[in-house]
Amino acid sequence: MEKTWNNKAWFMVLPVLVLVAFSAVIPLMTVVNYSVQDTFGNNEFFWAGTDWFIQVLQSDRFWDALQRNLLFSAIILAIEIPLGILIALNMPKQGLGVPFCLVFMSLPLLIPWNVVGTIWQVFGRVDIGLLGYTLDAIGVPYNYVNNVFDAWVTLIVMDIWHWTSLVVLLCYAGLVSIPDAYYQAAKIDGASRWAVFRYIQLPKMKRVLLIAFLLRFMDSFMIYTEPFVVTGGGPGNATTFLSIDLVKTAIGQFDLGPAAALSIIYFLIILLLSWIFYTVMTNSDAQS
Amino acid sequence: MARINLDHIRHAYGPNPKKPSDYSLKEVHHEWNDGGAYALLGPSGCGKTTLLNIISGLLQPSEGKILFDGKDVTNLSTQERNIAQVFQFPVIYDTMTVYDNLAFPLRNRHVPETEVDRRVTEILEMIGLSDRAKKKAQGLTADQKQKISLGRGLVRSDVSAILFDEPLTVIDPHMKWVLRSQLKRLHKQFGFTMVYVTHDQTEALTFADKVVVMYDGEIVQIGTPAELFEKPKHTFVGYFIGSPGMNVLPATIDGSSVHLGGETLSLSFAPKIGAGAKTELGIRPEFIRLGREGMPVTISKVEDIGRQKIVRASFADRPIAIVVHEDGEIPAEPKITFDPNAINIYADSWRVGGEA
Repeated sequence: MEKTWNNKAWFMVLPVLVLVAFSAVIPLMTVVNYSVQDTFGNNEFFWAGTDWFIQVLQSDRFWDALQRNLLFSAIILAIEIPLGILIALNMPKQGLGVPFCLVFMSLPLLIPWNVVGTIWQVFGRVDIGLLGYTLDAIGVPYNYVNNVFDAWVTLIVMDIWHWTSLVVLLCYAGLVSIPDAYYQAAKIDGASRWAVFRYIQLPKMKRVLLIAFLLRFMDSFMIYTEPFVVTGGGPGNATTFLSIDLVKTAIGQFDLGPAAALSIIYFLIILLLSWIFYTVMTNSDAQS
Repeated sequence: MARINLDHIRHAYGPNPKKPSDYSLKEVHHEWNDGGAYALLGPSGCGKTTLLNIISGLLQPSEGKILFDGKDVTNLSTQERNIAQVFQFPVIYDTMTVYDNLAFPLRNRHVPETEVDRRVTEILEMIGLSDRAKKKAQGLTADQKQKISLGRGLVRSDVSAILFDEPLTVIDPHMKWVLRSQLKRLHKQFGFTMVYVTHDQTEALTFADKVVVMYDGEIVQIGTPAELFEKPKHTFVGYFIGSPGMNVLPATIDGSSVHLGGETLSLSFAPKIGAGAKTELGIRPEFIRLGREGMPVTISKVEDIGRQKIVRASFADRPIAIVVHEDGEIPAEPKITFDPNAINIYADSWRVGGEA
C-alpha cells in the first residue's frame, strides 16, 4: 500500500507545539540569548561568547554552592528513601487505618512551599518558636540564625517533614499492588521477614523507588523557597544553594549574563545527574 | 507425609456467622489417608480454595480442628505445619535465578548445600528447565514461571503434604498432560499426600485416587472416579461429572415403582423416602439405550463428537441426553430403555440407597 501523505496532521500537532514552544523552548532560548551577550539596559546587547560561562565555572562561589547542593541532596536521599520505605511497610493494608494514614501522609504535601518555610522559620525561633524555645529551655544550644550546623539540621528536618510523605505514598502504592499469593508462597517457602522484603517487596517496589528517587533528587537539587524563607541563604553563605545564588545574581545584582550562564549550567547538571541515575538504575534491571 | 484429619471444620469470612449461608465452608469432617492423592473438584466459589488454605494454615478455620498424624496443628503456622503449596498463578522471585528460586524453600530451612544441589538438579530435570538454571527467572514465559512454582512445591522431600491450587490453569494442554503424569509418577514414587484443587473433571479424575466433590461450601461426595460416575451421591455430582452430565428427571416413587410422566418403571429395590421429599430419578446418558422398544422420545438434535453421538431428545416433556455409539442407528420412531442397574433415585437431591 502506498503511503499517504496528509499534511493536515500537522494542524493536529500544532497546538501542542505552540504550547511547548511558549512554555519551554522560547523562555529557554531567551536564557541562552542572555548567556552569550552582555547588556547594559536600553536593549543594547554586546556579544560575549563563552565569557560568562567561563566566569561562572571559575568562581569559587559556584563550586561552593554546587557542593552544598550535592551534600544536601545526598543527605536528603539517604534519609528520606529508607525512612519512606520503612513507614510504607508499616502502614496498614486494609481497614479504617488506610484512609486515615493516607490523608495524614498527604497533609505536608498539600502545604505551599513558602508556608512550609514560614512554619519552620517560626517553629525554630528561639524567642517564640515551639521547637527553638523548648530546646533552649532544656539547655540545648540551638540557633539556626547564626549556627551553620543548626541551620543545616533545620533545613534537613524540614525537608524530611515535607517530602518523606511522597516517598511513603509511592512505596505504599508499590506495596499494595503485590498480590497476596506472593506473601502466601513466601510463608509456604519458609521465608524470613527479611527475605520477604529482599526478594518480594523490594523488587516489586523498584519502579516506584526509581521515580521517588528521581523526584526527590531533582526537587532537593533545585530547592529554593524553603531555605530562602528560613535562613535566606545564611548564616553567611552556609545555606546558599545554586538556586538562591542564581536569584541573588540575577535579581539582586542584575547580572543577567552570568545568571543566564549559571541557569544553563545548573539545568545541564540536573539533566546529566538524572540521566545517570536513571540509566544506572534501569540498567541493573535490564541485566537481570 | 501425613494423615490429615479435618475435625468439624467450618469457616466464615465475615464475623459472627449465624445462618448456614454465612459460612463459605460448611461443616467438613473427614480423614484423608497418608500418601493419598486427593482431588478437590467443584465449580468456582464452592469453597475448594478455602479448604485448601485451611489445611495449609494460610487461613484459620472459624471452627473445628485440623490434625496431622493425630497431632493438632490448628494453631500452627504454615511453616510449622511443613506444607508445600502451589498456587493458581505463578509466583516467582524475580531477582533470583531459576536455580535459586527452586533452592529458596530448602535454603530457608538450612538444608546442606550438597543436598540442595541434588534436589534442585532433579527438579530442574523434571520440569525441563535445566538449560535455564542460571538465568534470571524474570524473563520467562507464564508457563515456565508456573513450572518453577510447581518445582518449588516439589523440591522439599520431607513435607507433610503438597497442596495444589489449580496449578495447571496457565499451562498449555499438552504440557498439562505431561506435568500431570509427572505429578502422578512422583506421587507413586515418594508417596506424598497430595491434595489437588481443580474445576476440571478430567484433571481430577486422572490425577486422584479419591475425588472430593464440593458444592456450595459442602463436600457432597468423596469417592473413586468409578463411584462418582456410577453412584453419584448428590444430583450435583451427577451433573458435574461426566460429559454430558447425568439426566435428572422428576419422578414419583411408589414402593418399588417409579412414575416418570406417563411411564412407569419398576426398581429392584424400594427406596426409603421421607414424606414430602422432592424425588428424582437419575440416569447417565451412557446407560440409556435407544431402540425400537421402550418409552417414546422425541429427538431434537444429534451431536456427533467422533467416537460417539450425543442425542438430545425430549422425554415426558423433559430434555434428556442419550449417548449412542458412532455406528448406532437412530430409528424413525425412537424409544428408550434404562439400564436398571444404573438408575439412581434422589430424595431432595441426595441419593437414597437400597443397593441391588
